[in-house]
Amino acid sequence: MSTPTIDEANPHSAALDAAESGKVELITVTLRIRRFNPEEHPDAVWVDYQLTVDPKERVLDAINRVKWEQDGTLTYRRSCAHGVCGSDAMRINGKNRLACKTLIKDVNPEKPITIEAIKGMTVLKDLVVDMDPFFQAYRDVMPFLITKGNAPTRERIQSEEDVQRFEDTTKCILCAACTSSCPVFWNDGQYFGPAAIVNAHRFIFDSRDEGAEQRLEILNDREGVWRCRTTFNCTDACPRGIEVTKAIQEVKRALITRRY
Amino acid sequence: MATDSIGNVELTDTTPADPTAFLIEPPRKRTKTTAGRRSRTNFEMLAWLFMRLSGIVLVFLVLGHLIIQLVLDGGVTKISFAFVAGRWASPFWQGWDLLMLWLAMLHGANGMRTVINDYAERANTRFWLKVLLVVATVFTVLLGTLVIFTFDPNIS
Repeated sequence: MSTPTIDEANPHSAALDAAESGKVELITVTLRIRRFNPEEHPDAVWVDYQLTVDPKERVLDAINRVKWEQDGTLTYRRSCAHGVCGSDAMRINGKNRLACKTLIKDVNPEKPITIEAIKGMTVLKDLVVDMDPFFQAYRDVMPFLITKGNAPTRERIQSEEDVQRFEDTTKCILCAACTSSCPVFWNDGQYFGPAAIVNAHRFIFDSRDEGAEQRLEILNDREGVWRCRTTFNCTDACPRGIEVTKAIQEVKRALITRRY
Repeated sequence: MATDSIGNVELTDTTPADPTAFLIEPPRKRTKTTAGRRSRTNFEMLAWLFMRLSGIVLVFLVLGHLIIQLVLDGGVTKISFAFVAGRWASPFWQGWDLLMLWLAMLHGANGMRTVINDYAERANTRFWLKVLLVVATVFTVLLGTLVIFTFDPNIS
């Protein structure tokens, strides 16, 4: 990736002029948020909030403004707000994304922007869901280094090639965007879900780890990798760009080649 | 300024004592004991492999069947009792039809099994749908096999 440079022949593009002048074009957007409070009402309701924002701001900024300026009861999770902690995964315009990595201009602000909790999990309040089953599936694949024998006196050496084997799946931030976009998971929470399989993949294909056999046996289960229908919803949803479906297929292949 | 799209929700006396009373739990939620009920067989893997392999074989069997029955030698008009009787006199066509019957029925039944697993939420519904599926599959496969082997061209 090369650093963008200013074209010498035409140093002042319109975009550059706008950026230099510091002028911000504000627009009015409508956030249509699915509110749910079990203490008040059994049904969820869509509530519209209008506000004036810079389209280059993120959806999370707009939601923050709603909470701070319009309705303090709006409940959602956010922590780092920079796409690292993975706590603000939500369904924005029908697609799972991180609110902190989604710019308002990218989600068609001319129409109301719909925001709801991720699907397939118990909604506790507004955009907050019960993540316990999700993390239970994560724990069930044993996402930690398993080795036999004595630990080496120095670090565990690994070649660059061996790192690349599982590098993609180390990027997972456990935001649940993939698992809650999976149609199999929506109807059957017993399925491990893409995130748990991704995190199993991260250790199964790590040359330093010796627990691959155990993890493969766990994922060979009735609710394991064989329930994947390769709809690629998870790959589309992943805010880190992990090739989730590919990882699941690699686990399937490892299971088959292990036996035959 | 918040505007309510479907009318304001009013706080009334109907507020339940238990705040979790209204929570909608997703079907078949994973719990701590889920992983403990592990199947020790390779059934799901073999079923998955069977779907791929039988699918490949079925492409040739079914397309071949359709071309022979509907396109070659005057197409569909040629099919009569005598035509079927003539074909099933040969062990080759008996084998072809038997293989097609078994592969297609098992392939389809396994597909229906995954659909039931994906969409039926209650344990009872799942069980009875699968019982119905197995009964229908076994009946069709056995009946078809019986006909292929006991077919009598001189039936009057």
